[in-house]
Amino acid sequence: MRTYLPPKFIVERNQERCIQCQVCVNQCSFETHYYDAEDDIVRSREGTCVGCHRCVMFCPTGALNVRRNPLEYRENLNWRPEAIEDIIKQAETGGVLLTGMGNDKGYRIYWDHLVLNASQVTNPSIDPLREPMELTTYLGSKPDKVEIDPDTLSLKTRVAPQVKIEVPVMFAAMSYGAVSLNVHESLARAATEAGTLWNTGEGGLHPSLYKYGSNTIVQVASGRFGVHQDYLDAAAVVEIKIGQGAKPGIGGHLPGEKVSAEVSMTRMIPRGTDALSPAPQHDIYSIEDLAQLVHALKEATNYTKPISVKIAAVHNSAAIASGMVRAGADIIVLDGLRGSTGAAPKVIRDNVGIPIEMALASVDSRLRKEGIRNQASLVISGGIRNSGDVAKAIALGADAVYIGTAALVALGCCLCQQCHTGKCAWGICTTDLALTKRINPDIGARRLGNLLRGWSLELKDILGGMGVNALESLRGNRLHLRGVGLTDTELEILGVRMAGS
Amino acid sequence: MTEKIHSEKANSVAKIDAYGLSHRELNARLREAVSNGSQKIELQNVYGQRYIGTDLDKAVEIEIFGVPGNDLGAFMNGPRIIVRGNAQDGCGNTMNNGEIIVHGHAGDIIGLSARGGKIFVRDDVGYRAGIHMKEYQDKKPVLVIGGTAQDFFAEYMAGGVVILLGLNLKEGEHHKAKFIGTGMHGGVIYLRGSVDNYQLGKEVGVADLDEKDLQTLKQYIIEFASHFGFNAEEIMKQKFSKLFPRWLRPYGRLYAY
Repeated sequence: MRTYLPPKFIVERNQERCIQCQVCVNQCSFETHYYDAEDDIVRSREGTCVGCHRCVMFCPTGALNVRRNPLEYRENLNWRPEAIEDIIKQAETGGVLLTGMGNDKGYRIYWDHLVLNASQVTNPSIDPLREPMELTTYLGSKPDKVEIDPDTLSLKTRVAPQVKIEVPVMFAAMSYGAVSLNVHESLARAATEAGTLWNTGEGGLHPSLYKYGSNTIVQVASGRFGVHQDYLDAAAVVEIKIGQGAKPGIGGHLPGEKVSAEVSMTRMIPRGTDALSPAPQHDIYSIEDLAQLVHALKEATNYTKPISVKIAAVHNSAAIASGMVRAGADIIVLDGLRGSTGAAPKVIRDNVGIPIEMALASVDSRLRKEGIRNQASLVISGGIRNSGDVAKAIALGADAVYIGTAALVALGCCLCQQCHTGKCAWGICTTDLALTKRINPDIGARRLGNLLRGWSLELKDILGGMGVNALESLRGNRLHLRGVGLTDTELEILGVRMAGS
Repeated sequence: MTEKIHSEKANSVAKIDAYGLSHRELNARLREAVSNGSQKIELQNVYGQRYIGTDLDKAVEIEIFGVPGNDLGAFMNGPRIIVRGNAQDGCGNTMNNGEIIVHGHAGDIIGLSARGGKIFVRDDVGYRAGIHMKEYQDKKPVLVIGGTAQDFFAEYMAGGVVILLGLNLKEGEHHKAKFIGTGMHGGVIYLRGSVDNYQLGKEVGVADLDEKDLQTLKQYIIEFASHFGFNAEEIMKQKFSKLFPRWLRPYGRLYAY
C-alpha cells in the first residue's frame, strides 16, 4: 500500500563537503542514506529518517544536517499534524500505535513552576567548596523510634535492612532485551563507581553483571523473567514492578526478534519467542496479595534486603501507597506520567497516569498524615531532567529519584522515540549485535559517571545556597519551595506556598 | 511458645512441630535444620504458615503434615516437598527446581511462572493453574494434576508441560475450565477427558498425541501414579488430547510500527 505519510525530517547534504565516504550509510540503521554506485555518489531518502542525528554526529566532514520537514498542512489547532499522521499510520496498518520514550505532550511540567529558596543575610549560605556537604541517603524502612541500650550505648532497636547511596539519583529500570547488554554494563559500572544503584528491569541479570550485585536492584515483574535464587541473592534491593509510568496497567511484549541468544539466556525463555509480560502479576490482585509477594521475597532473601514496590502514578496513588507501606514495602517507587519506555501503545503513554509532582506530594502527605512515612523510603521517576528537578523532588518529599531517559541521553540518545523498532542507531535500545557494539561500556560508564558527578556538585551548590549542609535537611521540607503560576488547588496539592507569600 | 518446638536431629531426620510458629520462625527452623545437614525434615502441625521452603536450595525432603499456607515452595530451588493434605494458593510460585507432591487439592495459581521442577497434585486445583510457566533449555517445569482445574488454566503458558488428568470426573463429565491456554506461546498441555472448543483460548491448537508426546506423557504419568498409588496403565488407556500454541508470537500482529 502506498503510504500517505510525509517524511518527518529532511536530510541536508552539503555536496561540496561530502567525500562519499559512506559513514552515514553505515551508521544509519533506518536506511536513509545509500550509495549510488552508478553516479558514485551518496544520497538520502527522506521518508525513513527518524531524526536521531547519528549520521550528523559521525559525518567526518560535517556535511550533513537534519531538519524538520517544512511541509505544512493548512493551519488547524485541532487537527494537528500528529493527529492526522497517526490516523494515516493506522489506516495503513490496522494496529495499535507503538512508540518509545516518555510522554511528549504539553502537560504542565510542575518542576518548571516550582522555585527553590536560598539564604540571604539572615542566615548565611554555606560554601560547598569549603564545607562538607552530605548527600548520603539510606533507603529502607526506618523504625518508629530507636532505643539505645544505656549500658553498652549500642542500638537496641532492630533496624530493617538499609541500602546506602552516595547520591540520591539511581538508574531506572531498563530491561536487558529492551536495552543492550553494553548499556546494562555501563549503568552497572557507573552506579558502582558513584556509589548508587542501577536497576535490571524485568529482563533478568546477565551472568557477566553479577559482580555488580551490591549496586543492583533486581526486578520481579509479571513475566518473572530470569527470577531465581541467585538473582535475588545477588541484589542489593529486590523491586516488585506493578506498573510503569509510560504504560500504567499495561503489560509488555518484547518482540521475538529482540530475543537473541543472550537475551534468551538471561530471561530464560526460548530464543525468538515473544517475551510476554502479562498486565497484572497473576499472584497479585489485591493489597493482601502484594503483602504476600513482599513477604515471600523477604523470606526468599532471609530478611537481608529491602523490598521495593514500583507503581505507576495514577489517580488513587496516595491510597494505594498507603496500602503498599502496610503490605510491608520498604521502598515505594512512583513512576509518573512522563515515565519512559522501550515500547508502549502511544495512546496509553500519552493519556494515562498523573504528573509525578502531584503524585509525590500527595503520597508523601498521605503517608505523613497516617504516621507511616518512616516505614518506607519514597523514590520517584518519570521525567527528571536535571539536578534542579532532583532538588525539588527531594523537597517535595522524595528520598531519591530514578533517572532513565537522562541516563540514556548521557549515552547518546536523542529521543527519536524509535525504541520499539529495535533499530536504535545509537546502539542503546536494540539487541542487534552490529548496533549494540556502538556503546562502549568504558566510555558509557564514564559518561554516566560524569553526569552523576555534575549533578552531585550542583546539588551541593543548591544545598549550600539554602544554608543547609545535608540533603536530610531538605528532604520533605516544602518550605524551601514556592510555586509560580499555579492555581490555589495546585498549590494545595503540592503543599507549597505561592512565590512572594 | 518455644517449648513447643521439638526439633531433633536423628539420622539426619529432623522433626519440627510447627504449632504456634509464625512463618518466619518456621522458615528459620527449616534453614537451621538444613544447614545442620538434615536430609529429611518432618513438619508437624502445620496450620497455614506461608512460604514454607521458599529459599532452600538443597535437595532435602520436607514432609508436611497439616495444611501449608500460600506460596508453598515459592522461588524454591531443589527441595522435595510432600504435603500430606491440601495446599493453598501460589504453590510452587516462580519455582526453579525441586518437587512438590500434594496428597490432596491445591488452590489458585499453582506453578505460576515456574521455570523448573515438578509439581504433582492428586486432586483438583483452583484458578490460573500453571499460568505463565516457561522453559529454557533443560529447565522445563512439569505440572501434573490428577483432578480437574478452574478457569484460565495454563494461561500465557510459555514453556513446560502441564498434564490434566480429570481422574475424578464422572462418566461423561467435562472439564469446566474456560480460557484454557489463553495467550499460550510455548510448552504443551496434555488433557485427559474432553473440553469444548469454546473453553480454549484463541491461541491454542488441538492435536492427537504423537509417539514422542506419548513417551513424555507416560514418563510423568508413571511418576504421578507412583506418588499416589494409581495405576499408570489405567490412566493412559483413556484418550488424551494435546493442546499446543498455534503461534510462538500470538500478539505479533497487534501493533503498527
